[in-house]
Amino acid sequence: MALLEVRDLKMYYKTLRGYVKAVDSVSFDIERGKALGIAGESGCGKTSMASTVLRLLPSNGEILGGSVNLDGVNITKLGDEEFRTSIRWKKISMVFQGAMNALNPVHRVGDQIVEAILAHENVPREEAAERARELLNMVGINPKRYKEFPHEFSGGMKQRVVIAMALACNPDIIIADEPTTALDVMVQSQVLQAMEDLRKRLDLSMMLITHDLSVIAQTCDDIAIMYAGKIVEYGSVFDVFDHPTHPYGMGLVKAFPNIKAERSRVRSLPGFPPNLLAPPTGCRFHPRCPLAIDICKEEEPELLEIGSNSHKVACHRVDMLERGVDIWAQ
Amino acid sequence: MGAVTALEPERSAELGEVILKVEDLVKYFPVRRGLVEIVRREPERAVKAVDGVSFDIKKGELFGVVGESGCGKTTMGRTILRLLEPTAGKVTFEGIDVTALSAEEMKMLRQRMQIIFQDPYESMNPRLDVFRIISEPLKIQGIVKNSHDALRYVEKVLEDVEMTPPEEYIYRYPHELSGGQRQRIAAARALVLDPEFIVADEPVSMLDVSIRGEILNLMLSLSRERGVTFLYITHDLATARHICDRIAVMYLGKIVEKGPTDSLIKHPLHPYTQALIGAVFVPDPKKKGFGRVLKGEVPSPVDPPSGCRLHPRCPIAQDICKEVEPELVPAEDNHLVACHFAIG
Repeated sequence: MALLEVRDLKMYYKTLRGYVKAVDSVSFDIERGKALGIAGESGCGKTSMASTVLRLLPSNGEILGGSVNLDGVNITKLGDEEFRTSIRWKKISMVFQGAMNALNPVHRVGDQIVEAILAHENVPREEAAERARELLNMVGINPKRYKEFPHEFSGGMKQRVVIAMALACNPDIIIADEPTTALDVMVQSQVLQAMEDLRKRLDLSMMLITHDLSVIAQTCDDIAIMYAGKIVEYGSVFDVFDHPTHPYGMGLVKAFPNIKAERSRVRSLPGFPPNLLAPPTGCRFHPRCPLAIDICKEEEPELLEIGSNSHKVACHRVDMLERGVDIWAQ
Repeated sequence: MGAVTALEPERSAELGEVILKVEDLVKYFPVRRGLVEIVRREPERAVKAVDGVSFDIKKGELFGVVGESGCGKTTMGRTILRLLEPTAGKVTFEGIDVTALSAEEMKMLRQRMQIIFQDPYESMNPRLDVFRIISEPLKIQGIVKNSHDALRYVEKVLEDVEMTPPEEYIYRYPHELSGGQRQRIAAARALVLDPEFIVADEPVSMLDVSIRGEILNLMLSLSRERGVTFLYITHDLATARHICDRIAVMYLGKIVEKGPTDSLIKHPLHPYTQALIGAVFVPDPKKKGFGRVLKGEVPSPVDPPSGCRLHPRCPIAQDICKEVEPELVPAEDNHLVACHFAIG
């Protein structure tokens, strides 16, 4: 049994114009100590999905079905108070996008970590402060800087502080939402390296949400590619990067520029993602798909295994694709 | 505009005529002094955003300037167009000394030198429709007298940026367009004047990866088919690698290395360039591994290190690096590097 099992999770936002189907029947597993990358264009539901797992939804977000099992317990069924005290931060914690803005500018960095500990655990302040120093040390920041303010830290260091905060209560899983998007490449490399070391040392699981496929390739074991609220391709990073098989997954992987590759034309995927108030019928990708036939407009494809090793693809025309045809070659 | 063929080799060697020449360009921003500093008569300080940059771009070339945030690349692009006044140095465009022009003459010249900004969400007036956004430069430059005349130009340029059919888009407002479409409108606004030179300042960094290619390929085909010259400013070496003819790498207001794209990416000579390339992740799980990155962080451009600006972070720095600033000198054909100990 996997540490985190998500099954048919559905979360819609209720708006005046109807439901926005942000997360629509999403299923995946994360094993202990493993990292899953969630990729997709902006607006495909990646962040909504993470917020649903952590139950940090705005008031109009409604979980309409499915389950999230953590260690065998369905945490969607827990009461809000129980979820807050026993799951959030203790079992699952989160690193948000844009660390620069996540820290309070008028409080000392160390005190903010202490705050996070005291909010979830009943320990004396001194003990919490001692742990905050350890956490800073763990993410590679000199504990002497405990008393400094966020403006005295660089962007990469602030992001490390946010990671330290997420580790404050020894969680099993960290959900990291675009943890390095605002950082320069060298700082990004430093931060992700620190995260990788920690993950190995503490046997942490991770869900990494990013639009940057190269970050997933470098840090994750599995990848799920989302399109319009659904997972369209899912598997180990080796399978998916080597043989992307869903037309969208293939387009996305091939569109990502690789600095080590020979010079070539930069690919793009024509069109843009649909409005989730009224997503296309059948396969949601059919209006942009070069292989779409009648059945794609009518019937929704299921996420099914291809080959042997749990590489899954949701496409009616998967037989066309397995032959290794590059359908986006222009 | 026809599709570009499969692979576009870089071609800095075959291009001849220089269109833009930048010589020792300097741009400092004064730092406001506090009362105590004024009373103590402490010297005025400045952010040395661009500190003596020289290069030239050939006609039809796609020239990339790459660097981390705060290295001065955007300031440099804007100073070349005199959206910012240079502190010192000279910019020559087609034999015209841009830095010596009056405001009126500069306005005339802007017809030939345009810019595409980074953020397609903020660089357009949300109250204007596509037609008015694109026709505004035509009116400012006095190319058309009225909206009726402008229509022809706007329709043509929309076709050029592949927003077809133009009628579909011409009366839409920015909020009715996707990010990629907005950036096409930004490109159309620059192109409608038929400029010879365009500064493209991070034109794709706000866009999804899936649509970056559209804008980059548009730039590529404009340079190949119409001979438009581009200064492509970016933090993303991976995209520069695939579209630029030549690349210059900036660090703390200076160019540290400059050369033909292939040579620079495959055989970087400067320790900074090597670290920068090493830090770029590859979208291939089989090539896992974090490159060796430089220690520490970029120092303040108010008080840059003496000698070579990289020396406090450089893995191969010697005593000379603290004292003597290295010059940008040729190491191989057209490949220049500013380092006392450049290693191949």
